[in-house]
Amino acid sequence: MDWLNSILQGVLVGGLYAMFAAGLSLIFGVMRLVNIAHGDLVVLAAYLALVVTQALGMGPLASLLVIAPLMAAIGYGLQRWLLNRTLGDDLLPPLLVTFGLSVIIQNGLLEIFSPDSRKLQAGAIETATIPLTPDLSIGVLPLVQFLVAVVMIGALQALFYRTAWGRAFRATSDDQSTVQLVGVDNRHVFGLAMGLSLAVVSVAGVFLAVRANFDPSMGPARLIFGFEAVIIGGLGNLWGTLAGGVVLGVAQAIGAKIDPGWQLLAGHLAFLMVLAVRPEGFFPRVQA
Amino acid sequence: MSGAFTLTRGTGVSRLVAIGAFAALAGLACAPLWAQASSLNLLTQIFAYVALATMWNLLAGFSGLVSVGQQAYVGIGGYALFALTIFWGLHPLAALVVAGVIGGLIAIPVAGLLFRLRGAYFAIGSWVVAEVFRLLASQISALGGGSGTSLPARIVTGMADGRQAREFMIYWTGLALVVVVIGLTIALLRSRWGLALRAIHHNELAARSNGVEVTRIKLLVYAVAGFGTAMAGALIFLQKLRISPDAAFSVNDWTAFVIFMAVIGGIGRIEGPIIGAVVFFFLRQTLSDLGSLYLMMLGLVAIVIMLRAPRGVAGWLADRFGFEPAPLERRLVHAKSNPESKPEPSHV
Repeated sequence: MDWLNSILQGVLVGGLYAMFAAGLSLIFGVMRLVNIAHGDLVVLAAYLALVVTQALGMGPLASLLVIAPLMAAIGYGLQRWLLNRTLGDDLLPPLLVTFGLSVIIQNGLLEIFSPDSRKLQAGAIETATIPLTPDLSIGVLPLVQFLVAVVMIGALQALFYRTAWGRAFRATSDDQSTVQLVGVDNRHVFGLAMGLSLAVVSVAGVFLAVRANFDPSMGPARLIFGFEAVIIGGLGNLWGTLAGGVVLGVAQAIGAKIDPGWQLLAGHLAFLMVLAVRPEGFFPRVQA
Repeated sequence: MSGAFTLTRGTGVSRLVAIGAFAALAGLACAPLWAQASSLNLLTQIFAYVALATMWNLLAGFSGLVSVGQQAYVGIGGYALFALTIFWGLHPLAALVVAGVIGGLIAIPVAGLLFRLRGAYFAIGSWVVAEVFRLLASQISALGGGSGTSLPARIVTGMADGRQAREFMIYWTGLALVVVVIGLTIALLRSRWGLALRAIHHNELAARSNGVEVTRIKLLVYAVAGFGTAMAGALIFLQKLRISPDAAFSVNDWTAFVIFMAVIGGIGRIEGPIIGAVVFFFLRQTLSDLGSLYLMMLGLVAIVIMLRAPRGVAGWLADRFGFEPAPLERRLVHAKSNPESKPEPSHV
């Protein structure tokens, strides 16, 4: 029962990892950009949530009404004024510019908020549980987190394959030059994609902040978790990122159960094993 | 008239620079005669960083393998040095070379995994590998686990006769390391593999279809970088005398700063990392009191350079003044004309 419990917790944490991964996967899909600052942006969103909840007296989830549009605007601006200039055949500029951005965000947060770890209080929901059997119960918060991840990925999937925006995203991804001939401004589309990615990041940031302590140095590890979930799930498949997140979460939970020092290592080893055995991931890109 | 053209690599400038480099090297080799211990210490740190940045540049600038995980090899080198000297009683200098070999050997299976990832995903994958090694290192209880360990006094004192001799020895090792790493890089890039790398860099598909064994060459380069980086790591921790997983596998210290140097100095140029390291240490000596503001500034400078002058200081010198201190390409020069009179360069 102990093991079942660990695995269940791992599955639910997987939802959070899928949120990290979805934002990463989205921008890679649309503009082949890998954002090294992705994890630091998650942490930035967590700190914004801290400021907003304290300043406006809102609950953490309600604070998303402020943070999600704010992060989306930051994303759009970042893409239009900075990252669009780096896109091209050469791999180095986008990679190194987002790396520089990561350093700036991390140290900026350090300067403003100090290295002390913080946490967002969500009230009674934090400790509420649903008993499944006498020995097994699941926390309400992890469950909500997982369900939000599922809904979010469903919504992104619908957006990509059912709406005009999604069409523009996919068309731009297929051929940047041709979409311009049919009146799509690819720079604007890239901006929208980054805005959407950071809106997803803001949700991930709030859940990160409610779930446990956070501090300015946590970003890179979040980037790595998201990246591992993307690769395990299979590039270019949004539902795959959910599966990847769950695999990663379960691997970490099992590792932690064996020895607390093995939690992160087990997750990385699961990723490397997938890379060795099935480098295209479990669910590579599907055409819908 | 046949034979009117000759193929040459050197230019007037490059010959002058080569003479200057030898003079500088001779001066640096004599530094223990004129410099204080603190200056030798600083110079050794600069040497280690020049070696690291040269190896990163070989990967990213010449081979298209952008890694943000080279701290893996710094850590491996450092830990190998500690293990070899503490458990097997090797002399630190012998251990340093063996540590390099270990780094090169470990790079081979790692490449087997990482080469499955393309482009930017390779970069993050290399970071995961570095994390794995960091976590593994913190499981080695004989070397202090997560909190690390110091190099025992008997090893430190047994290295050389007295403190000063030891400091000189570490300094000369650093200087030798820079010479070996830069020499190895130039030799590699001027060999047929270097030519193949150039072809891959311009168009991988075309290179492949012309019979270039792309994967094998990238593997060779990755292993060489592992070798050089691990030796630099061993030197760094021989100088620090203390190692811990967080220090040995730090992404900030061994990758972010190194990338900064390469970007400032000029990616894809031999002299780039040297210029970059000098600029970096100048900034560090003057501004590092600012703490995180200083790091934010470094990030900002790297972004601006990447957008405005992606070829860095060395690239700017080459474009603006034709300053090519270490040319890797051969040019066709009219035998009758003076090579200095700027012939049409034909890049081979």
